[in-house]
Amino acid sequence: MMERRVSGMVFVLPFIGLYCFLLILPFVMGLWISFHRADLFGSRHWVGLDNYVRLFADPVFYQAMGTTFTLAVLIVPALTLITLLLALALNRASRSAAIFRGLFFSSSVLSVTIVTLIWRFVLTPDSGLIAKLLTAMGIEPLPFLSDPNLTVPALAITTIWWGLGLPMMLFLAGLQQIPQDMYEAASLDGANRWTTFFRITLPSLRRTTILVIMLQTAAQLQIFGQAQLLTQGGPSGSSRPIVLYIYEVAFGRWELGYAIAAAEVLLLLILALMLAQYWLSTRGEEVQR
Amino acid sequence: MTSLSLIDVRKSYGATPVLDGVTLEMGDCEFIAFLGPSGSGKSTLLRIIAGLEMADSGEVWLEGKRIDALAPGGRGVALVFQQYALYPHMTVRENMAFGLRNAKVPNTEIAARITQAAQTLEIDQLLDRKPGQLSGGQRQRVAIGRAIVKEPKLFLLDEPLSNLDAALRNRTRVELAQLRQRVRAAVIMVTHDQAEAMTLADRIVVMNDRKIQQVGAPMEIYDRPANRFVARFVGSPAMTILPAQGHAASGGYAQVQLKNGTLIQTRVSTADLPDDGEIEIGLRPEHVTVTAPGSGTIDGEAVIVERLGDRTLVYARLDDGSEIVAVDRGDSSVRMGVRVGLQIDGACAHLFDADGTCHHAERDQL
Ligand SMILES: Nc1ncnc2c1ncn2[C@@H]1O[C@H](COP(=O)(O)OP(=O)(O)OP(=O)(O)O)[C@@H](O)[C@H]1O
Ligand SMILES: [Mg+2]
Repeated sequence: MMERRVSGMVFVLPFIGLYCFLLILPFVMGLWISFHRADLFGSRHWVGLDNYVRLFADPVFYQAMGTTFTLAVLIVPALTLITLLLALALNRASRSAAIFRGLFFSSSVLSVTIVTLIWRFVLTPDSGLIAKLLTAMGIEPLPFLSDPNLTVPALAITTIWWGLGLPMMLFLAGLQQIPQDMYEAASLDGANRWTTFFRITLPSLRRTTILVIMLQTAAQLQIFGQAQLLTQGGPSGSSRPIVLYIYEVAFGRWELGYAIAAAEVLLLLILALMLAQYWLSTRGEEVQR
Repeated sequence: MTSLSLIDVRKSYGATPVLDGVTLEMGDCEFIAFLGPSGSGKSTLLRIIAGLEMADSGEVWLEGKRIDALAPGGRGVALVFQQYALYPHMTVRENMAFGLRNAKVPNTEIAARITQAAQTLEIDQLLDRKPGQLSGGQRQRVAIGRAIVKEPKLFLLDEPLSNLDAALRNRTRVELAQLRQRVRAAVIMVTHDQAEAMTLADRIVVMNDRKIQQVGAPMEIYDRPANRFVARFVGSPAMTILPAQGHAASGGYAQVQLKNGTLIQTRVSTADLPDDGEIEIGLRPEHVTVTAPGSGTIDGEAVIVERLGDRTLVYARLDDGSEIVAVDRGDSSVRMGVRVGLQIDGACAHLFDADGTCHHAERDQL
């Protein structure tokens, strides 16, 4: 018994070591720095909880948090639904389905710079693709990148387009896992398409859906590149997500301690959300296994 | 009244024909077994009846209604899958109710049918479990229960026992036989286990090579196989088939000569045998008995001796190299390698002509 435990430990030890080195250590160091007034050149003054006190009184921090959650709420459900529908549509062995799968996945391999460039080209008022389309139809072009009400949706659309690939693939893999005879049984049970979808397909994709939602939530709460490149967080901070805020504080205002305090808060929030989702999703499942 | 009838059903996958003109009539509440080697198209035919596969041509009728263009759910058939195909995220109860809900059966009626079926199958303790929490045998019962509650006109079972261990298989076989008395419906069961087919079925449909080879009651298939394939496929150990030559008829019955010159008098009428030429003689093991060397019809060397307790099977090699299976008493003293005499009961022999058709011994009219 003891021996087995030891040999088990030997196998996981390298990973635990790496994990501590790359994740726990920075977290603890960050926590430590967040109790200081610190800049990027190494000067540090112990200030205790002062950074946190300031943070929770900072309206810009709240604005950034609000933007971040708005983005997540706009992106995660839409992305989950769209990729699920795409996967359903493309889950067949035909040649054209394979081509479309590749096409929809291809956006994911682009770097954020290129994605943003593409969408700048599409969204730019006056000369952008959408603007031209709207003008052609006789409608006033929408100022996607300068109207504070439109920048966040524009960011969301860009992000959704960029992020289609992975969740779609996860859903496709999930669909492939459903045995064919399940569908045959359902057809013998007289189930129509809707019933089959809601009673067979969807429940079978439960785990995949939970995974997609959790991964996407964690990822979208950390939106950065698109916002930085598309709108620079503007106008007047209306599209500044929290990570962009942290970046600006750390590398613009050089307030490392303060930035890290914000980062730690974000981390705890994401962790809490993940745990909540995990708890919610496993609650109904105890009976199943 | 006829239950199911198949008229000239054909099916091919691409260029590969799988079913080649299958025609079959089933009686009311009849239990039919499709028996055949792997790849003979049994499952394909079952799936065509169920509507999971479209036939290329031909008709499928059930109780006077043509069903081959109907959706699987509207045909009045229930299929028990080989791998059960239970819905893993539903409880046993929901699994059974699913089809009834889709058919808009009232809830009270659904509950009543489930209770009834669960009692019959002794799964009433399991109704609130999910399939993942059941043993293989229990899943099997649930799969059967899911079919029963639908009260179909025809049950289709695709190798229902093949996933069970030997003990459970025997028990389930008995239960299937009992169950059959209780549900008033026709049953088709696919199997490649002939013992299963023999014990359960009213009639057996032997399939091979894309076609129905023979349809008949179990003992009829065994006693009067239609052709060489059926003769070899049904019966264990298989019928011995030896090359022979037609010889002078005696009293209207064919007399054949084995390769070594031994004459065997059969009771096969010469009338329908080809005039002359190569024929083969078929002998069930129970029609060849072991005797002292030199005292039987022919001599051979015991190659394998299989002691089954109540009787002993002796696989003997004749001098020309061909093998023959014979039976001896349970306490037989025959050992491997010894010479034995073989007494052939020619009156029970079958003859096969050049195209494989089997000719049987005439029976005494009693
Ligand atoms: N979807 C398919 N595509 C191509 N060929 C198929 C398909 N399904 C079955 N076949 C072929 O049809 C033939 C009959 O298959 P079928 O499954 O009906 O055999 P079976 O008698 O049920 O065999 P088994 O006892 O192994 O289950 C086989 O040669 C098989 O390779
Ligand atoms: Mg099969």
